[in-house]
Amino acid sequence: MSTFLQQLVNGVTWGSVYALIALGYTMVYGILRLINFAHGDIYMLGAFMGLYASRWFHAAQDPSPVKALLVLLTSMLLSALIGMLIERLAYKPVRKSPRLSALITAIGVSLLLENGGVLVFGADPKFFPQLIPQKTIALLPGVAVSNQQLIVLVVSIVLMFALRMFVLHTRTGKAMQAVSHNHMAASLMGISVDRIITITFMIGSALAAAAGVLVALQSPKIEPYMGIMPGLKAFVAAVLGGIGNIPGAVVGGLVMGVAEVMVTGYLSPTYRDAIAFVLLIVILLVRPAGIFGKAVTEKV
Amino acid sequence: MKRVLTPLVALVALLALNRFLPTVLNPYYFQVLILVGINITLAVSLNLVNGFTGQFSIGHAGFMAAGAYGSAMFTVTWGQKLAAAMVAAHVSAPVAQGALLLVSLLLGGGLAAIFGYLVGLPSLRLRGDYLAIVTLGFGEIIRVLILNIDAVGGARGLPGIPQWANFFWVFLVATIVIALAVNLANSTHGRALFAIRDDEIAAEALGVDTTAYKVTAFVLGAFFAGVAGGLFAHYLSYLNPSTFTFLKSIEVIAMVVLGGMGSITGSVLAAIVLTLLPEALRAVKDYRMVIYALMLIILMITRPQGLMGTRELSWALLTGKKQGGRS
Repeated sequence: MSTFLQQLVNGVTWGSVYALIALGYTMVYGILRLINFAHGDIYMLGAFMGLYASRWFHAAQDPSPVKALLVLLTSMLLSALIGMLIERLAYKPVRKSPRLSALITAIGVSLLLENGGVLVFGADPKFFPQLIPQKTIALLPGVAVSNQQLIVLVVSIVLMFALRMFVLHTRTGKAMQAVSHNHMAASLMGISVDRIITITFMIGSALAAAAGVLVALQSPKIEPYMGIMPGLKAFVAAVLGGIGNIPGAVVGGLVMGVAEVMVTGYLSPTYRDAIAFVLLIVILLVRPAGIFGKAVTEKV
Repeated sequence: MKRVLTPLVALVALLALNRFLPTVLNPYYFQVLILVGINITLAVSLNLVNGFTGQFSIGHAGFMAAGAYGSAMFTVTWGQKLAAAMVAAHVSAPVAQGALLLVSLLLGGGLAAIFGYLVGLPSLRLRGDYLAIVTLGFGEIIRVLILNIDAVGGARGLPGIPQWANFFWVFLVATIVIALAVNLANSTHGRALFAIRDDEIAAEALGVDTTAYKVTAFVLGAFFAGVAGGLFAHYLSYLNPSTFTFLKSIEVIAMVVLGGMGSITGSVLAAIVLTLLPEALRAVKDYRMVIYALMLIILMITRPQGLMGTRELSWALLTGKKQGGRS
């Protein structure tokens, strides 16, 4: 029982990272119907931005929670700017093109970020400094949680809550909802669609960057290709929850994280990568539009 | 007369080139040429699913892997012994190897086709991106399964596959898949596929059995991807699961989209360009993949419909005569 609870704790932590990345996928998809394949690489960039930021703040020499927070915010800000640049330079020109061309562009951007990353950061793994010394807190006999896991959880929850407040209760958030329903109608209501799309990319990128820094806190080896698999799985998580649906992305991420950790714990770690996809296929066969997705009937 | 003559001429030409080319090309160029042939097969086969039928599949590497491992396992376990037995019975070695290669390719293709059928089935329920992600999932599942089966080498890979595939076989398969696609495009069945791509509901209303056609497209595409995988295995004589990642699928999709969805000549052209481009960029070493990625983005921005659109390369197009696009 205690093993199970321990796995659950690990799974939820890992799942909240997936959820953060999945949010960016789902928001961009909701607005542009574009699978932003480069999103996983933004997560990677987030980790590297965090690394540079911690060097600027000398956070490795004398770590403090304030510096850790600064590192997180700097990385989110820089990644948001990169997200904006990518949207403006690569995605905006193909917005009116067939969707597949936009997808290939996204793949191109993904390859560019990965290989550009190799060029700039180097192919060998870099070590992320320990911003917060690790402590283990026992919850129950046999069930422990590290303070880093707690930080991951708390930061994710805060960010998700902030996003929810933003989307539901601010003018820009409401404009985002309007744009995701209908570009044309939204622009007729005086909403600057271009601006909303840019903001969506920035928020999504910032969340992915936060995920990158949070993961780097726990497993400090970072390298330019680290975003591929988590990116792919976060996307699967977004689809699982019903793509375009924000609570769906969070639930999908958590389901995915827990399932993976359980498989690693009880079956075999080598099947870990496959389980995500088996889960996906099973759920999609039962609910073709994801857990929270609305089934859209096609009009003739 | 033409129906018999054209294939015959093609066959003779392939055999002649098979003799002649290895003597004039250095081994590196020759290997690139072989890869071009395999990639043409892959691109055209994926085009049957993505371009013709409009079903978005991004798991082509999985089918290729299934075919590669299926055919390689046949050759390693039985094929080599059979070949030795046939040579002992005074069958000339190239004939024996060719015949067994054909059997192994058919088996590998068949195995991939079974997977294609399994992947095609959800396409009855899922559309667009959801289908895409299921195909991606299937591809990854196949790869992870291979990684975990010790009999096929797992992560160590599968060495010692005899190098039976040569220029003749690779380009024979490429020619067959192109001929099949061209004939399909001009047939009732091809029109049915285009109709599904353009408007599934309208196609169904007109009596097209969309279910059967969609699944058939998947099976056909998977079969040829499997055959391409088999050729790949029998040319490089070594297989590793890391070859068949999501990135390989992406490479093939890039060929189809860059060539123009549904354009056969476009796929062929793009397969050639996208195989040669990374090789040509080897000179700039570290910048190679960066330039490749940038060119992909720029090409998509400047020609979103692909190099060819849905048109085919033809003399009329080259000489600037007016020609109606197909689609």
